[in-house]
Amino acid sequence: MPVLRIPTPLRSYTSGQSEVNVSGLKISDALTDLTTQYPTIKPHIFNDGGELRPFVNLFVGEHNIKDLQGVETPIKDGDRLILIPSIAGGCHCEGEARSREASSIWQEVN
Amino acid sequence: MSLPELSHDEILRYSRHLLIPEVGLEGQRKLKNSSALIVGTGGLGSPVALYLAAAGIGRIGLVDYDVVDSSNLQRQVIHGTSTVGKLKVDSARDKLVDLNPDIQVDVYNEPFTSENALRIARDYDIILDGTDNFPTRYLTNDVAVFLGKPNVYASIYRFDGQASVFYAKEGPCYRCLFPEPPPPGLVPSCAEGGVLGVLPGTMGTIQATEALKVLLGIGEPLIGRLLLYNALDMTFDFVKLKKNPNCRVCGPNADIKELIDYEEFCGVPSHDHEEGSAGSNWDITVSELAERVKTNHLKLVDVREPHELEISHLPNATNIPLGQLAARLSELDSAEEMVIFCKSGGRSARGLELLVSAGFKKVKNLKGGINAWAREVDKNLPVY
Repeated sequence: MPVLRIPTPLRSYTSGQSEVNVSGLKISDALTDLTTQYPTIKPHIFNDGGELRPFVNLFVGEHNIKDLQGVETPIKDGDRLILIPSIAGGCHCEGEARSREASSIWQEVN
Repeated sequence: MSLPELSHDEILRYSRHLLIPEVGLEGQRKLKNSSALIVGTGGLGSPVALYLAAAGIGRIGLVDYDVVDSSNLQRQVIHGTSTVGKLKVDSARDKLVDLNPDIQVDVYNEPFTSENALRIARDYDIILDGTDNFPTRYLTNDVAVFLGKPNVYASIYRFDGQASVFYAKEGPCYRCLFPEPPPPGLVPSCAEGGVLGVLPGTMGTIQATEALKVLLGIGEPLIGRLLLYNALDMTFDFVKLKKNPNCRVCGPNADIKELIDYEEFCGVPSHDHEEGSAGSNWDITVSELAERVKTNHLKLVDVREPHELEISHLPNATNIPLGQLAARLSELDSAEEMVIFCKSGGRSARGLELLVSAGFKKVKNLKGGINAWAREVDKNLPVY
C-alpha cells in the first residue's frame, strides 16, 4: 500500500498522523482515500473545483505529479507520496487574516 | 577580476578554510570579494548572518525594520538580552562586527518593499531569504529573478523546514513550485503555531552552507532540489524541482515583468500586526470588556489550542479551538451576547467571521486578545 507523508501543518487534520496508508491505482484514488479517512483535510488541499490548491504540491518519490501525469499518475505498493504545502515561517501577521476565500473554506469545513 | 589579498591576520583567522582544497586561498579571496544580502534578521537570518560573517563574506547586507523582543531570543541567536529594545539591524551588526571586524556590514532599517527592494538588492551577489511572511517571500523571489541572482530559501513551521536554492538562470524559482500563496488563515503562522527554537538554526545553517557553495562554485547546490526536514522524526527528504513552463515570473511566457503589490497578492500585510482586529464594528477592547463583564453576562469563547490555556486563561471562558469551531457551532447560542478571543486577536477575527457567516450577530472580537488583557487589565497573567 502506498504511504502518504503528511507535513506538520496538515497533521491536525489527520489526527496527528505523520503518515497515512492510502489505497488505489493512481493519485486521484489515493487522495480520495485520504479525504475519506480524514474529511476535514479536504478543503486544505483541494479547491472548489476539486483541483489541488496551487500552494500544495504532491510528490511521488522525488517527482512532482505536475511533472508526471497529475492526479492520473499511477501508483503502486511501496510508493512514498509526500504532500508539500507552502509555509511562511515565523509570520507575525496573525491579525488581519481575513478574506472571502478563507471564509468560504471555513464554510466548506462546516 | 583580481581578487583581494588576505592579510596575515586573515590568513590565520581563516586557516581552517585554507586547509580545505575546495576552498583554499583562492576560495577565501573569492569570499572576501563576495557580498550577500540577508532579508530578515530573525530565526533564519541569525545563523545565516553569523556563519557568513564568520566565513569571511566581504560585505553583508541586513534588512529588517523590527526591534528585538524577548520572545525572539528563543531562536534569534544573533540578538541577546542586552539588546532587547534595540533595532534588530543594529543588534545584529554589532554582533557581526565583533565576530569579524574585517567584513563590511551594511544595514537597511526599513521594510523590504517593492519600492526599495531592487535598489537594495542590486549590488549583492546572492540573496538569502530569511523572511517570515508570504508577501516578502514572493517579493524576495521576484527580485532575485529580475536581477538574475540566486535566492537561497528556507522556511519553517513547528518541526518542519524546507530549503532550496532558487536560481532562475539555472533552475526553478519559488513561484515555479508555489505559483500562489495560501489564502490568509488557511495555513497557520509561527506566531500561532509556534516553532522549535533550534529549527531555524538548522535551516539557516543549511542556507549559509548553500550560499558559500554557490559563491565558491563548489559542490552540488540545492538548485532544482527541495530539502524537507522534520526535526521530530529526524528525517531529511529531497524532491526534484523543475522549472514550471507556466511560471509567471521566470517562464517563457512570463507576464509579471516588474514588482507588484505583494500584500494585495497574498491578501495579508507583510509587516507586523501583533494585535489582531476584526474591523472596528466587530471589535471590543479589553477595557470595554472589563467594564461590560461587571454588569452584563457575556459568553466568552476562547478559540486557542487547549495547551495554551495552561499559560493563561480567563475564568468561565468556553474553549473551542478555532479548527473545531465550525463543527461545534451547535454548542453556542446565537441569541447570547458573545466575545470571542485568542492570544492576540487574529485567530478570533477568523472565528468571528465564521460565526457571522453562520448567522451570529451578537458577537465581538477581543482586540489584542488575552495578551492585551494581560497587559492592560490583569497584570497577574503572563504575556506570551
